[in-house]
Amino acid sequence: MTGSAVSDKNADTQSAARVLFDRRGDEEIIQAQGTWTVTHSVDLDAALQLHLAREQYRSAYFDLSGVQVLDTAGAWLLYRTIREIEGAGGTAQIGGGKPEHLSLLEAIAAADRPQEAPEPRVHWAVEFLSNFGRNAEEFAGSMVDALGFCGVVLEAIGRAILRPSRLRVTSLVYLMEQAGLNAVPIVSLMSFLIGAVLAYQGAGQLERFGAEPFTINLVSVSVMREIGILLTAIMVAGRSGSAFTAQIGSMKMREEIDAIRTLGLDPVEILVLPRVLALVFTLPLLGFVSVIVGLFGGGVVTFLLLDISPASYVTLLRESVDVWTFLVGIIKAPVFAFLIALIGCFEGLRVTGTAESVGQRTTQSVVEGIFVVIIADAVFSIIFVELGI
Amino acid sequence: MNRDVIIRVRGLHNQFGPQVVHHDLDLDVYRGEVIGIVGGSGTGKSVLLRSIVGLNRPRAGTIEVFGKVLSALPLAERRLTERRWGVLFQDGALFSSLTVAQNIQVPMREHLKMPQRLMDELARLKISLTGLAPNAADKFPSELSGGMRKRAGLARALALDPEILFLDEPTAGLDPIGASAFDMLIRQLQQTLGLTVFLVTHDLDTLHAICDRIAVLAEKKVLVVGTMAELMRETHPWIREYFHGPRARAALEAQEKNPLPEHQRN
Repeated sequence: MTGSAVSDKNADTQSAARVLFDRRGDEEIIQAQGTWTVTHSVDLDAALQLHLAREQYRSAYFDLSGVQVLDTAGAWLLYRTIREIEGAGGTAQIGGGKPEHLSLLEAIAAADRPQEAPEPRVHWAVEFLSNFGRNAEEFAGSMVDALGFCGVVLEAIGRAILRPSRLRVTSLVYLMEQAGLNAVPIVSLMSFLIGAVLAYQGAGQLERFGAEPFTINLVSVSVMREIGILLTAIMVAGRSGSAFTAQIGSMKMREEIDAIRTLGLDPVEILVLPRVLALVFTLPLLGFVSVIVGLFGGGVVTFLLLDISPASYVTLLRESVDVWTFLVGIIKAPVFAFLIALIGCFEGLRVTGTAESVGQRTTQSVVEGIFVVIIADAVFSIIFVELGI
Repeated sequence: MNRDVIIRVRGLHNQFGPQVVHHDLDLDVYRGEVIGIVGGSGTGKSVLLRSIVGLNRPRAGTIEVFGKVLSALPLAERRLTERRWGVLFQDGALFSSLTVAQNIQVPMREHLKMPQRLMDELARLKISLTGLAPNAADKFPSELSGGMRKRAGLARALALDPEILFLDEPTAGLDPIGASAFDMLIRQLQQTLGLTVFLVTHDLDTLHAICDRIAVLAEKKVLVVGTMAELMRETHPWIREYFHGPRARAALEAQEKNPLPEHQRN
């Protein structure tokens, strides 16, 4: 029985690789010809596998005289075939190879080491349970860590209050500019649109009851109490919380945090405290901007849609809200800011060696930041309702 | 050794802003040799390597590899040519989200669409050839030491059995034992696989141990190319200082005490 397989990829302008099979008495003659390189390895591999699966013989002779080029992939295929024949109790001989090809085959044989037994596979249900348990334990651990970190930061704030000279003013001002001032345009645009949309949608609904003027109540109360601050906090979590994580994370990755420690300095005081304070100071200001611009957006729409003049808009606005409406909103801002900055810095410090982990932690920081802000907002709602404000 | 030129650089000019790195630089690399590129910091050793492999577009000059001007080739043909060399970057430049075995399989998977079983076998072979332990296959780069990362990077560079191997400071950051083991590994692979090795280095021991020829970069060009013995006789002040300084003498003594066995030196 004879057979042959040809690989004729014209990939690198070199000739084809060929393997011919021929039976001479009891002996199988396997002729390798051409360029036995990685380019042709897929076809050669398939041909040799098929041949081994079909044919049965006790001894084989490999004729390498036709091999022009041999690389490690080609040599591996030859070596593997020989190994399998010998493993099945047969004998294999090699002849006609160039000296450099034979020495490459020797090197391949020397590099072949017994494969370690793969780890026993676990039942999927067991794996699911163990993953679930591990994740739960990790989650609990990270909650404890986060709480500990919160304590460390509060302690640092306490020390900074006792000795304000330790506060890094330059860094604080810079971060306030980054996280606060530079966020004004995007926060304003967002708030203007939100105010306008609220007024627009609200007017449409209230019109049915002939209660269009109450559009102003709708806009002012929702923007002041909830939406102005909440959306600003979400924006800041996405904008600055993530930046804190990435900054601190890449410093952690390049051992800069360790360098800070070995210089006898405190990374919390140098990196975390200015970031936390910068957000705590600027988020209320951003929230204020957001409220004003949101009311302005509502005013523009009511003027265009309901023909309420700016002067009467202001008058109606003052009737619909009191100072507490505004305070209830703005009081939440420093708390949101503290949580966002805390999570941003905490996730940054949890970064481990790889670039991938910086990405993971940054995503995590934004998701957690937004989530925690919404939870805190719900808690505030309950408190305010109970207090009757 | 035949004198078949595999890399030919002519009139290379590289400039970043006002700073001229290379001016009218010529260099020939012969098939099957190990050529070491040395030079002071900022003389553009890595820039030369990056220019040859196409990561840096030179201002002027031609670079021929395998007799083809790479920048003039159509994209498909250029990709095929690029498969014929492997590059080891300074810290291995392994993909951090993949295991060592997966890193080695990236070029196989992308270029040849191999069956997974064959890729696994070949990856295991390369891991073994570069002297890594078998259990390194399933580790992530962050779990490896610096020396192991370099070996894994070398295994990936060798994945498609390249004809030319470019190495950027292969022994930087390794301890002396690790560094000389890595030198031996490169020499041994070069002999077994018939590679041409283009090696950027600062390591005088590496130069003594494995380089057939050494090219000295200075004054914006290749100042001298020659064997170690030839360079030892040069009179240019920088070259004298480089090859006759205290570290050079120590490396030379080490080499004389413990030369490579004859069959490993060609």
